[in-house]
Amino acid sequence: MEDDHESMGDACPQLLNLIPNEKVREKRIGGLDAAEEKKLELTLGLPGGVGEEEEPSVLSSCIFSKVSKTSSRRVVLGSEQQEAGLFQLQSRGGYGTEWPHKTTWNCEIFDEQQSLEKEKALGDTENEAGSNTSFQTRASAGVAVVGWPPIRAFRKNLASSSVKQSVELQNGNIDEKVKVASCKKGLLIKINMDGIPIGRKVDLNACGSYKKLSFAVEYLFLDLLRAQKETSTNDLRMDEEAKQAFKSLLDGSGEYTLVYEDNEGDRMLVGDVPWDMFVSSVKRLRVLKSSDLSSLHDWEARKEQQLSVEYGGEGLAN
Amino acid sequence: MVGRFRWAAMFPDEVWEHVFSFLTSDGDRNAAALVCRNWNRIERRSRKRVFVGNCYSVAPTVAVRLFPEVRAAVIKGKPHFADFNLVPSDWGGGAEAWVEAMAEGWPNLEELRFKRMVVSDDCLDLIARSFKNFKVLSLVSCDGFSTSGLAAIAANCRHLRELNLRESEVEETCLNWISHFPEPFTSLVALDIACLEGEVNASILERLISRCSNIMTLRLNHSVPLERLVGLLQRAPQLMDLGTGKFSARHNPQLFSRLESAIVGCKNLRSLSGFWEPGLTYLPAVYSICEGLTSLNLNYATVQNPELVKIISRCKNLRRLLVMDLIEDSGLVAVASSCKLLQELRVFPSDPYDAAEPVSLTEHGLVAVSAGCPMLHSVLYFCRQMTNAALLTVAKNRPNLTCFRLCIIEPHTRDYVTQEPLDTGFSAIVESCKDLRRLSLSGLLTDLVFKSIGASANYLEMLSIAFAGDGDMGLHYILSGCKNLRKLEIRDCPFGDKPLLQNASKLETMRSLWMSSCSVTLGACRQLARAMPRLNVEVINESGRGPLAAQPDNCPVEKLYIYRTIAGPRTDTPQCVWTV
Repeated sequence: MEDDHESMGDACPQLLNLIPNEKVREKRIGGLDAAEEKKLELTLGLPGGVGEEEEPSVLSSCIFSKVSKTSSRRVVLGSEQQEAGLFQLQSRGGYGTEWPHKTTWNCEIFDEQQSLEKEKALGDTENEAGSNTSFQTRASAGVAVVGWPPIRAFRKNLASSSVKQSVELQNGNIDEKVKVASCKKGLLIKINMDGIPIGRKVDLNACGSYKKLSFAVEYLFLDLLRAQKETSTNDLRMDEEAKQAFKSLLDGSGEYTLVYEDNEGDRMLVGDVPWDMFVSSVKRLRVLKSSDLSSLHDWEARKEQQLSVEYGGEGLAN
Repeated sequence: MVGRFRWAAMFPDEVWEHVFSFLTSDGDRNAAALVCRNWNRIERRSRKRVFVGNCYSVAPTVAVRLFPEVRAAVIKGKPHFADFNLVPSDWGGGAEAWVEAMAEGWPNLEELRFKRMVVSDDCLDLIARSFKNFKVLSLVSCDGFSTSGLAAIAANCRHLRELNLRESEVEETCLNWISHFPEPFTSLVALDIACLEGEVNASILERLISRCSNIMTLRLNHSVPLERLVGLLQRAPQLMDLGTGKFSARHNPQLFSRLESAIVGCKNLRSLSGFWEPGLTYLPAVYSICEGLTSLNLNYATVQNPELVKIISRCKNLRRLLVMDLIEDSGLVAVASSCKLLQELRVFPSDPYDAAEPVSLTEHGLVAVSAGCPMLHSVLYFCRQMTNAALLTVAKNRPNLTCFRLCIIEPHTRDYVTQEPLDTGFSAIVESCKDLRRLSLSGLLTDLVFKSIGASANYLEMLSIAFAGDGDMGLHYILSGCKNLRKLEIRDCPFGDKPLLQNASKLETMRSLWMSSCSVTLGACRQLARAMPRLNVEVINESGRGPLAAQPDNCPVEKLYIYRTIAGPRTDTPQCVWTV
């Protein structure tokens, strides 16, 4: 492996020389004319003529040295022979079963290293295939991959409550009990911590229990808290202090306490109700300084008062 | 002045300014600015609208100084994949630097539009206090602010016309921010608060709407009940764009008829959205205005096919339709026969993860719409199966496509009939649709599709790739082709260092490149950064392996974001982001 990296290191300065020095501005108008484009067009042929029948245009990598006038010159690749080699490598694996393929980059410059690279590529493919089968099995098992499918976060929670609700509503009964947040594949809840401007999101379904949630909170905020505590000159002590902060999040005896806001807008202490009930009603989480807990009650009382003032006058019962 | 451009000096600057005022597109103004120094100076000093596609591509103070007469600015921040949680929440995109510079240099600013930026309450406060003639605030997909900041805007922007919070995340700290619009305030034309998660006081809203006689767009959030919607509609019958709140209530015939007549009273209604938690009993209330609708957004409406079809088939003039896959193939067939003027279609997944209750939406729906709607040019389609034959048919039917985004939910999905990759299908799309500007790929794809795209997609500006390709060649085809490519975003593809290094110069012609879970190493990033000083090469490593400066060249890069800039490396990178 090491050999390869050194040789790659040698090769790379040559690569960089290929990056044209003149200002490169893609010309929107004009550019390469048809003849030039055809010359530079890459064609690949499968060994034995299987697949596309295309005119084999042999492209010389000597074009590298000819980079002069046209700023939008494309860098081109090796000859047809080498490309056949490329496809041999691929077709061994078949479509999509080994992933990723490391194709050999066929440039004359890399001739010496080609055999080395082929070895590396195979080796890599094997290694990566090993580590990637887990990825593929996950994907094919339908387990959520981060950020896939590409939909906005609110849509994930919407999906779970959708079909069940519409059934209920058909009876003209809008009983809110039906709101089921049984989204098995990742329930992302926003969580903020006192004194830290950056909020995070925690996946409750990935946690599965209060204990794991507590660990997750620590994991999410430890670095940020350390950054806040940077006033301490002693690194070790800073670490200690930061870690201490997350002890006893759930029982109220530590420096911080975990609270949550439920679907009715009430603030509750985390840990009072069974986990499943918690998951189905939680809307967001907050890590409060335990000393602020009493003022939490004041806040609750004030909110109640405000609401009654607003709605009392309108005679609106919501 | 010597030579060819002497004629430019024949007219005083004001004449050229007047001429330039007829150039509406940024591209045209940019072109004019390149003609000669005189025009450059005159153009930029008279430019009223500026668009900054990447907030880090230029320093705010520089932008403000170059264009001193700007009245309207659009600034975009985070990469698109931030929408799908791929970008760390502290990555950046903060608006402070911009707002501070603008407050300093553009006191006459009237319109500010941010997208995917982190806007703090302090920013909103500064905006509220700095621009005397402020008219439009649009925060799309933004976060970092709360309703307290909105209260400041409401209280201080006396001439505010538009407040748009589309898809933003807003902390609810101030309960009645809407009451901060003072009594004499009457200028509101557009209000979009659909993203707010908390309660909105409908009475206060009603009072606001009553005195704003020019209100045209009103998009409520889910908390506004149907009963209150009636009141709002009665006070604003001139509405053109309505986003309802919750669209269900206890069965009440009186309420239904009041709602129906209130809706009928809105003779100018052209766009309808909202429909949170829709109840079947109340949906028919909208039937009467369907014929006049040009835009219908049902993508939150968890309603089954028959009800959807009843509404949509009445919308003969629809140009834009957003709906969930609950519409199914049969519903799309109905769309194809009823909505002949349809231009844009977006179909979202109702249940993206659990395919336990499969919905009958397949490639057939897409084909039907492509056949029946001759003006269709923009498609976003989530489905679970696809064939090359279907894509070929779509390509043949709709060579006028400008935006084609197909998301087959399961990665690596083959053509389910032939078991082949979907290369031929997507190739047909790019070869047939010569004006294609935006493309998103999915399904099983080899390097062959990239060859087609590189060769044929001459006007493509944005390309999204996921779980596709065989190796470096794929990326090389794209970077060495696609003459007009601006934004490229890639995830989970086996693309490595070589195509990046070989096409380094291409990257300077693009706005940005995102690569995550690919095969790029730190060494390549270092080389790229050294060779291309006008690119910022940002490496994002969230697994906390220690400072990246200490890592070896062969260290794999988790996420990579490269963008061109004249501002140099940015100074606000968080711990997990390292500018190479």
